[in-house]
Amino acid sequence: MQRIGVFVCWCGSNIAATVDVDAVVEAVKNEPGVCHAQNYQYMCSEAGQGLIKNAIKEHNLTGIVVCSCSPRMHEATFRKTAEQAGLNPYMVEIANIREHCSWIHKDKKEATEKAVILARAAIAKVNLNTPLRPGESMVTKRALVIGGGIAGIQSALDIADAGYPVDIVEKSPTIGGKMAQLDKTFPTLDCAACILTPKMVEAAQHPNINIYSYSEVEAVTGFVGNFDVKIKKKARFVDEKKCTGCAVCTAKCPSRKGGNEFNCNLDNRGAIYIPFAQAVPNVACIDSTRCIHFKTGKCGICEKSCSAGAVNFDQKDEIIEQKYGAIVVATGFQISDVTKFDEFQYTKHPDVITSLELERIMNAAGPTKGTLLRMSNKEHPKDIVFIQCVGSRGNTCRDKTYCSKICCMYTAKHAMLIREKYPDVNVHVFYIDVRTPGKNFDEFYRRAVEQYNVDYIKGMVGKVWENEEGRLTVQGVDLLSNRRIMLDTDMVVLAAAIEPSEGVRNIATMLTASIDTNDFLTEAHPKLRPVESPTAGVFLSGVCQGPKDIPETVSQAGAAAVKVVGLLAKDKLVTSPCTANANELMCNGCSTCERVCPYGAIDYIDKEVNDHGKREVRRIARVNSALCHGCGACTVACPSGAMDLQGFSNRQIMAEVDAICK
Amino acid sequence: MSEDIIAISGINPRQCMKCGKCSATCPAFEEMDIHPHQFASMVVEGRIDELLASESIWKCLSCFACVERCPRSVEPAKLIEAVRVSVLRERGGSFLSPDEIPAKLDPELPSQAIAAAFRKYRK
Amino acid sequence: MTYSYFPGCTLKTKAKDLDDFGKKSAEALGITLEEVQDWQCCGAVYPLAADEIATKLSSVRALAYAKEKSQPLVTICSACHHVIKRVNNDMQSKEDIRTRVNNYLGLDEAYNGETEVIHYLEMLRDKIGFDELKKKVVNPLKGRKIAAYYGCMLLRPNKEMQFDDPENPTIMEDFIRAIGAEPILYAFRNECCGGYMTMNDKALASKMADKVVNSAKIKGAGEIITACPLCLYNLKENSKGDLPVYYFTELLAEALGVK
Repeated sequence: MQRIGVFVCWCGSNIAATVDVDAVVEAVKNEPGVCHAQNYQYMCSEAGQGLIKNAIKEHNLTGIVVCSCSPRMHEATFRKTAEQAGLNPYMVEIANIREHCSWIHKDKKEATEKAVILARAAIAKVNLNTPLRPGESMVTKRALVIGGGIAGIQSALDIADAGYPVDIVEKSPTIGGKMAQLDKTFPTLDCAACILTPKMVEAAQHPNINIYSYSEVEAVTGFVGNFDVKIKKKARFVDEKKCTGCAVCTAKCPSRKGGNEFNCNLDNRGAIYIPFAQAVPNVACIDSTRCIHFKTGKCGICEKSCSAGAVNFDQKDEIIEQKYGAIVVATGFQISDVTKFDEFQYTKHPDVITSLELERIMNAAGPTKGTLLRMSNKEHPKDIVFIQCVGSRGNTCRDKTYCSKICCMYTAKHAMLIREKYPDVNVHVFYIDVRTPGKNFDEFYRRAVEQYNVDYIKGMVGKVWENEEGRLTVQGVDLLSNRRIMLDTDMVVLAAAIEPSEGVRNIATMLTASIDTNDFLTEAHPKLRPVESPTAGVFLSGVCQGPKDIPETVSQAGAAAVKVVGLLAKDKLVTSPCTANANELMCNGCSTCERVCPYGAIDYIDKEVNDHGKREVRRIARVNSALCHGCGACTVACPSGAMDLQGFSNRQIMAEVDAICK
Repeated sequence: MSEDIIAISGINPRQCMKCGKCSATCPAFEEMDIHPHQFASMVVEGRIDELLASESIWKCLSCFACVERCPRSVEPAKLIEAVRVSVLRERGGSFLSPDEIPAKLDPELPSQAIAAAFRKYRK
Repeated sequence: MTYSYFPGCTLKTKAKDLDDFGKKSAEALGITLEEVQDWQCCGAVYPLAADEIATKLSSVRALAYAKEKSQPLVTICSACHHVIKRVNNDMQSKEDIRTRVNNYLGLDEAYNGETEVIHYLEMLRDKIGFDELKKKVVNPLKGRKIAAYYGCMLLRPNKEMQFDDPENPTIMEDFIRAIGAEPILYAFRNECCGGYMTMNDKALASKMADKVVNSAKIKGAGEIITACPLCLYNLKENSKGDLPVYYFTELLAEALGVK
């Protein structure tokens, strides 16, 4: 028989205002096994923990129940308390009478009743608890960063500087990501390339960093400290070691009909290409879908023109297998599809562009060499209209529900840069709200209004069309004066919503990391664990977790790196003992559990068993406790009841259910 | 009453974020005294009498441009229609009387226009 | 193939062309359109108010007729299509409306939105196919630059009509290509022409019609086609622009050699 202590927390007024804590103590006092019960204002405080420790010693307790907040909050705290008093930490159960009870009920009588029931269930479980011992696993001291934008680069640099080897896997031929496409950055207006490319070079030259460019993660197995990852290094048909990046081949390539992604397809590139001058690695890459040699077997001009002999049409995809202790997801974002908003005529008129396209037009290395031109006729514009919140903040099928966060600031930046460089151009911005929370952000936006005379109009645009003069007419509304606005303009720039990069679902699935309804990766706790995924060993960096600007991305990248370093600094990890186990006598080897296990933790062995004196060899399920996450899927799937979860055995669960239904 | 308008339209006007997309897109904007974006907030504020007396309810073309383009699913045309039917359902409330029709006819006018005018403007 | 067919008032009076050419073309394409017996006016505007019942009854009668025949119901007039399709959606998805309408009508068998409602253009696209149509064209309208006018009713609200992309539709342009002509894209093809205002406010109707016609004209259109009698009337009679406006079925009949 257990000797159980029950400790009811008030949580200040969080619990005590809705649950009669005295009544709870009174009600559970005489439950089977209970030999001590008390309540206290803050059980998690040092004094509260002291009460628990004293009671354990004084009453010689073998198990305790704490009626308090969610176990996600303080289970670890109270387990430690119990351990300090000499009790096995797995003899502690939490009855969640805050999130599951006081916070969601108004009526005190009802809430008290429910609190008593929850406490009884926990007591019933502790009665069947057995001491458990956690295992240990080794830590591979190497990190993987998925995505080579500013988030991934920063995380990799910080981990590498702390002395651990890091691999960056980047799907395009160069690292740099979206930031490499930007012209200037807010609110300081420094040139994006000037501050990014030194970091790219630093990453490339760092002795602890290895870059797999033009590569993708193919498969991930294993668990925190011990991930096994397959990386596909796509054939770029150019030998990375031989190519000097001289770019002779890219200039000579005759296949020039395809769009240049780096310039948002505003101009074309060859089939063999280096995305931009400062690419890292500075190595050419052949796009086999566009290459004449791959289509007809002829051409080969790049091969002939390469003095280094780097072109190799026979190169094949390569699979690299590597072990990692931690994984950082830094997959970033893309511009959402604005073709759904064709009231703005994006698909119909070349002078209607996205903000990212404007970045390329404004950039000296862009399709117009940095001169602001209308894409339709290459003429200098006289008027430009910016439209905010295209696809953000809506609740229809074509909108994102969230604010994309960066658009207000980059639009103020664009407006100011244009007015600075071309004072003859009139700039109008249609906005719903101007959102500028950030250091020096609002000051920046006010400068656009006050010093640069940018015309901010509060209201949306309903329709854009080409008028008789071949210019664009913008029909909108000024909500402050309650007037219709008709503006003739030369260019329209859409601040399109940003969304997580395509393919993030696939990566999240491989990592068993959760994503939200918008495909942003979910953090372990929105406030207190913002750079960790709920999946142990997986960390989040940059926009893959939610919209953010460059300073925020860099901060988060550093934070994720610290978490990785903290993990890699450990030689061994404690593993949860709450894993599944097959009862050899009951298992009939049917494979049902193997099929439902999301972690691939179950395999089968042929084993001799002694069943009531009868010896025979049977096929029996075996759980790899290092891989098992204790999710319990196998225990409910098992048709013969052979699977059980330590710490959450079928008997314990049924005892809880019985206590609730009593 | 606001509740009646909300019930007839089936729309929650509090979803409006006051972006003005409806008014920006409305082809009858210039003809209206109260503009589409104002309907949502005026229903919330309970200014129904002003809406009932508004010229706008007879100017709305039911072209559904605001319904399609509203990012918040407020679909102002439905609020406008709710106000319009509230007027029509009051005995005698109307905008078009049968006596006026003959003068408005011309040989090419489709019968659809007359049917629609009656549905929309006269009980 | 045989379909139930709902012509609507206007097609029997002012828009006889839309009806005649539609039927003749269907015949040439091997399709029989069986007119719904004793059909009544659809009401011309879909009642937006969530609590309207009586104004939906005539549509349900036509829908129930087609259900009895186990045929899809084909419409041509944009307004009829809009009303009948949306009433059908209501009968499928709004229990309250379904119950009250069925109680009122007292049909032998309750109607629950079983009938498939398709517009003539959808029939061309989805049942016949534009490639197939192209093969049957005997008199391709070579060299003609045609602007498709969609108007409001066919496209919006998209979540109910499911006709085409409401901001960037292609069905009528594909149709124009199939009959051998060149489609002209212009910004106002899916904006309201103001036809509803023609009785109360001719000046407004005329101003809006001008916008549509001019928008097509500056893009080089030589003519406009539409599926809506009211739009045709308004673009033709109320606009000062001088582009000819035709029903799409007239051009179809011409291309198929049955005009």
